[in-house]
Amino acid sequence: MSIYLNKDSKIIVQGITGGMGAKHTALMLDSGATIVGGVNARKAGTTVTHKDHAGNGVELPVFGTVKEAMAETGADVSVVFVPPAFTKDAAIEAIDAGIALLVVITEGVPVQDTAEVWAYLEGKETRMIGPNCPGIITPGESLAGITPHTITGKGPIGLVSKSGTLTYQMMYELRDLGFSTAIGIGGDPIVGTTHIDALQAFQDDPETQAIVMIGEIGGDAEERAAAYIKEHITKPVVGYVAGFTAPEGKTMGHAGAIVSGSAGTAQAKKEALEAVGVKVGKTPSETASLMREILTSL
Amino acid sequence: MDLFEYQARDIFEKHGVPVLGGVVATTPEEAREGAEKLGGGTVVVKAQVKTGGRGKAGGVKLAHSPEETAQKAEEILGMDIKGHTVHRVMIAQGAKIAEEYYFSVLLDRSNRNYLAMCSVEGGMEIEQLAVERPEALAKVAVDPIVGIDAAKAAEIVETAGFAEELKAPVAAVIQKLWTVFKAEDATLVEVNPLVRTEDGEIVALDGKVTLDENAAFRHPDHEALEDKAAADPLEAKAKENDLNYVKLDGAVGIIGNGAGLVMSTLDVVAYAGEKHGGVKPANFLDIGGGANAQVMAAGLDVILNDEQVKAVFVNVFGGITACDEVAKGIVGALDLLGDAATKPLVVRLDGNNVDLGRQILQERNHPLVTLADTMDGGADKAAELANA
Repeated sequence: MSIYLNKDSKIIVQGITGGMGAKHTALMLDSGATIVGGVNARKAGTTVTHKDHAGNGVELPVFGTVKEAMAETGADVSVVFVPPAFTKDAAIEAIDAGIALLVVITEGVPVQDTAEVWAYLEGKETRMIGPNCPGIITPGESLAGITPHTITGKGPIGLVSKSGTLTYQMMYELRDLGFSTAIGIGGDPIVGTTHIDALQAFQDDPETQAIVMIGEIGGDAEERAAAYIKEHITKPVVGYVAGFTAPEGKTMGHAGAIVSGSAGTAQAKKEALEAVGVKVGKTPSETASLMREILTSL
Repeated sequence: MDLFEYQARDIFEKHGVPVLGGVVATTPEEAREGAEKLGGGTVVVKAQVKTGGRGKAGGVKLAHSPEETAQKAEEILGMDIKGHTVHRVMIAQGAKIAEEYYFSVLLDRSNRNYLAMCSVEGGMEIEQLAVERPEALAKVAVDPIVGIDAAKAAEIVETAGFAEELKAPVAAVIQKLWTVFKAEDATLVEVNPLVRTEDGEIVALDGKVTLDENAAFRHPDHEALEDKAAADPLEAKAKENDLNYVKLDGAVGIIGNGAGLVMSTLDVVAYAGEKHGGVKPANFLDIGGGANAQVMAAGLDVILNDEQVKAVFVNVFGGITACDEVAKGIVGALDLLGDAATKPLVVRLDGNNVDLGRQILQERNHPLVTLADTMDGGADKAAELANA
């Protein structure tokens, strides 16, 4: 088991012919994920060739639309690598086609575009992850995104994080234990899947025994997650928050990572999580130790 | 990007929001000319700083003649308001105010939509109003696709409790302010106060606008609004190289990949610094995903030019980024600097092509470079070196 993504997931790539799309299609195939094709309206009817996990050549069809790609291949996941200016249209196209899981990797999407996509999603079947995220990996089964599949394998930990590289760092710290699913939700002010969504899914996933939640400065997602944990999560949760040294009013790389006034500080987030019994590490390595202790005592 | 009041005023005017005449001035002489341009009558001289509370700090003064305008401008220019030096003043036409209101529309992160806020009690600090008399502040959710149409504007003025005869004119201005928000890709448009003049006009007297930098690609005109003079020279240099850099006040230079990992590195260095004379991180620098040797070298160049930096910690977890590229960038930058390179570097690499990366650094065996096995170990070493 896992959340959102598993060995049966059939993935298409929107922007499969671009630089990022091509590079990560190859890496996703190498991880063993089932990639069934791609979309680029201007290159419909052509194919791209990559190698699969076993090193055999795979010829992937390029379709004109997501709808066509889904009809021809049975795809249920789309990973979006198109540039920011086209991301909104690409997302809406996939939502209209009824894709089950939409993973938007693109960084630098205008927040009004994301707000419109989110409003458009209301009442639709699609789950969106991102934008500006590393995507999702279910080690040993599938990868929809850019997380390196070589860090670690399958295991009992579920991970949800705003940040890509901190996801990798935490997977690396706990590489001997492994992960059920690791999901990077993205560092933008508006994202399709929140900490709360992932916590709920991990709670319901029998394979996940404990959860690591990684947050960072900005917004109140971590505080809301804390309130949710108190009411709904019975599995152990270990937390980490980045940005204790961030000054007020300076954006730390992620568009959403900014402390404004007293809101969004790392300290406030840490306190909110600790108040509901979540153990919060001061550093990634301490967080990993806390998780290790919990799993040993289970 | 936060705009100055005069820039917000210009953008309001461009989209048909009623504003009063306003001229920006950087010298008392320009202020005098500005006052003359506005008819020579009563004007308000307003400090242009991106912070609140300028009125209380003496940054807003009334002047009744061009002569007095120049005099007031002289008093205000160069003032320090909460750490912001006043480089510009806006000469604003005086208004006979009958009533003051409040309006804003902003991105609502928690609800993933927009929020319009409106009050018939404007002028004061809105945070204070929200706490003391929350019932006086109307909060209305705005659907990002529908926006503030006539019906939504009517709902806002109704909820705020405007007098019957004011509802239509205020709603009309609110719809224009929505146009500003939408057309300019803003994340905040705030008017405080929105006023009714004694002549019965509804006018935006002061404006705050925050623009979304991610949307810059469809707003080529927004670049001109940047306050390049105010940027730290190192920040400006980093920006030229598309590096994500924030200058801080410490001695340990930090380079990493990915915003989250770099923020975390800053924290870990600060903790390590507690054991080494209290040294602190000198900056935030994210070389981003998939950075190559040139990007790494450019980043190192920015940090080594920071005089406060005593030691540097490079912390990279190669996901997309290849560690051998990072290593090549470090070696290349050090070789380019030659004898000019004097600051020790602690390098921690893990992930994609890590063995190759470490090998490149070991083979070069540069006397300034120390390899670290872990993030904690690297932070500790860098803090120790910065404190030496």
